[in-house]
Amino acid sequence: MVTLDHLSDIRRKVSEAEEQRNHRIHVCVAAGCIAAGSRKLLRAFQEEITSRGLNDSCLVKGVGCIGPCAGSPAVAIEPEGIVYCSVKPEDVPEIMDSLAKQPVARLQMSRDLPFFTRQKKIVLENSGRIDPEQIDDYIAAKGYHALYKVISTMSPAEVISEVIKSGLRGRGGAGYPTGLKWTTVAKTGQQQKYVVCNADEGDPGAFMDRSVLESDPHRVLEGMAIAGYAVGANKGYIYIRAEYPLAYERLRKAIKQAEEYTFLGQSIMGTTYGFHVELRLGAGAYVCGEETALIASIEGGRGTPRPRPPYPAERGLFGKSTLINNVETYANISSIIRNGGDWFASIGTQNSKGTKVFALAGNVKNVGLIEVPMGETLREIIYEIGGGMEGQNKLKAVQTGGPTGGCIPESELDTPVDYESLASLGSIMGSGGMVVIDDSVSIVDIARYFMEFSVSESCGKCVPCRVGTTQMHELHAKINRGEGTKRDLELLEELCEVVKHTSLCGLGQSAPNPVLSTLRFFRSEYEAQLTDHEVLAAEGVAK
Amino acid sequence: MTEIQSVQIITLTIDGKPVGASGGETILDVAKQNQVFIPTLCHLEGLIPYGACRLCLVEIKGNNKLVPACITKVAEGMEVITNNERLQRFRRWILELLFTERNHVCSVCVANGFCELQSLAEVLGMDHVRLPYLHPKFVVDATHDRFVSDNNRCILCGRCVRVCSDIEGAHTLDIMGRGIKARIVSDLDDDWGNSPTCTRCSKCVQVCPTGAIKEKGRRSVGEKFKHRDVIAHLAEMREAAREED
Repeated sequence: MVTLDHLSDIRRKVSEAEEQRNHRIHVCVAAGCIAAGSRKLLRAFQEEITSRGLNDSCLVKGVGCIGPCAGSPAVAIEPEGIVYCSVKPEDVPEIMDSLAKQPVARLQMSRDLPFFTRQKKIVLENSGRIDPEQIDDYIAAKGYHALYKVISTMSPAEVISEVIKSGLRGRGGAGYPTGLKWTTVAKTGQQQKYVVCNADEGDPGAFMDRSVLESDPHRVLEGMAIAGYAVGANKGYIYIRAEYPLAYERLRKAIKQAEEYTFLGQSIMGTTYGFHVELRLGAGAYVCGEETALIASIEGGRGTPRPRPPYPAERGLFGKSTLINNVETYANISSIIRNGGDWFASIGTQNSKGTKVFALAGNVKNVGLIEVPMGETLREIIYEIGGGMEGQNKLKAVQTGGPTGGCIPESELDTPVDYESLASLGSIMGSGGMVVIDDSVSIVDIARYFMEFSVSESCGKCVPCRVGTTQMHELHAKINRGEGTKRDLELLEELCEVVKHTSLCGLGQSAPNPVLSTLRFFRSEYEAQLTDHEVLAAEGVAK
Repeated sequence: MTEIQSVQIITLTIDGKPVGASGGETILDVAKQNQVFIPTLCHLEGLIPYGACRLCLVEIKGNNKLVPACITKVAEGMEVITNNERLQRFRRWILELLFTERNHVCSVCVANGFCELQSLAEVLGMDHVRLPYLHPKFVVDATHDRFVSDNNRCILCGRCVRVCSDIEGAHTLDIMGRGIKARIVSDLDDDWGNSPTCTRCSKCVQVCPTGAIKEKGRRSVGEKFKHRDVIAHLAEMREAAREED
């Protein structure tokens, strides 16, 4: 039987080990920094510390994502809280010399920058702080305390009511109320139920879920185990794309460690509640992020969606009631349980509670992973946290929501980021991709890029998505080549409407968004490319 | 003692006309009973509904999304609209997309006159194509001694796949590839003629709405007469046998 004392013991042990050391060097070992050579850097620090005989006063460890991905590899010095960017192994002696003295100014990124101060970290609270491969590190950061609290003091109904109170909405994109989803699954009277975690993050330029899994995998496992307790499921699956080998490996290790500590398995913490988690690898189809296609894929079938209803809550995996949530959704659960639903509901806006993780990319200074309260405006995110535009060019648009999202123009930058506001602009929250586009880029090209993505990722089951996206792409390319006419533009718009309203799943229904939103805000760019542009201009249609 | 099964009785309106139904029936079932025509392509009586062709989409009052009539169950008080200008336009668009996707040249097709795609185009008034033809070049599989599979005429309705796995139990045919490149293959994309699983039952030929799967030994054009009712009959017999067990 695991008790709170066990958890406290582990916390004490870890913090004592840390406190003994005057200096703790955190080297980011998430995928981006590893690609930039952080493993070599980690070794260089270890060797330097050993050769200087500082093993008793200096601790070096690999941690998850620190955030400023543009400056990979990133290193943090604790407890001072100094962040260094673009660190090379040659810089190691200099950094070691500077400990307890003045920081190395040429590598330093100030912690006082809005990039750090304006963020609010819930999902990413442990990212960049704990070693993702050490369960003790997670426990020391109050990990698995929520699971303990749930199992020892709460009924499933109380857990669900806490989630409802929090106002948490699905972070996969659609924003369905999480508490409501949990209630539905809990209420189906089926014996066998499943909990599924959707880690098939496929939007180009998005790396939120990847980073959470690489930086803090136990957090997701804990969220799933709590969900399983709440809805009455004893089995969970994480569907993760094979393109994330590091996240897969860390999850595999995390599951093994959690089983050893009885936080997963037959009898969790010595109680009668059992919950097993298995991993399933996706074979690289974007559509498998759609929940019914994901289920078909786990079952071993072809990853194609089916019409809903019945919803997975009623008939899901292997025909049983199934709860499907996204990585980031599960990652919020332990914090909600520990701090209470009211605390979570106090963050964010009226209808969008809590925080959202965004992968900030494109022509912006601070490219990286950020977490902000819902309701921050796009302008605040880009100009304060993002540090403004990279280079001399002006901002033209922000693309949110991935390939099925839309482009938001400069004039709408004061829109708060929440589910409804983004939808009203013809874009979507999506899973959290945010690409900043400057005015050197043709908006028609951007739309074409995302169209190409939808064409190649359509599963081919329903006619409007399979043929419609291809024909949209053909019409769009014709206009882009300067061969289109006004009639082609009209056809394109009508086709967008058809695909939007008649496609089977969310992928098809939102595939026209890039075209529709760019047509809405940048129509003149399309019209300027039409062959009958002069005629239109003469009629006063185009500018 | 005979058990009396309670059946839920539902009233709804279809195109403004009040109709009665029992729980579990689909909108399409009830529409048919009341002589309301809803176009379908992937649907076939006896096969598990698939919801892929999107021709049977209907409007339901209070629901801002269109729903497929072949799958959606009726509910008390539901107000269904099966036909209006918007739905007609969408249906013509879907047919136009299908006609541009592959090579549907009726005059040289074995299914001419017996083709569901052709007759729907006629009924729904899809009389010309505005978009470019995509003209894919799929290989015709004529290795089987009795049947030919021509993906160039396929509309990917999935009927052959479903009849082969769910009714015949062979699962020889399935779909490979995705998007515009999706096509019907036998087994693991082998020659149909070498298939160890094909039982030569010819049900795929019977259910194919176009000329994509046909029987050999006929002359060429306009001869593909089909016995579709046999599938519903088989499904019913199978269900009855299961209930007896």
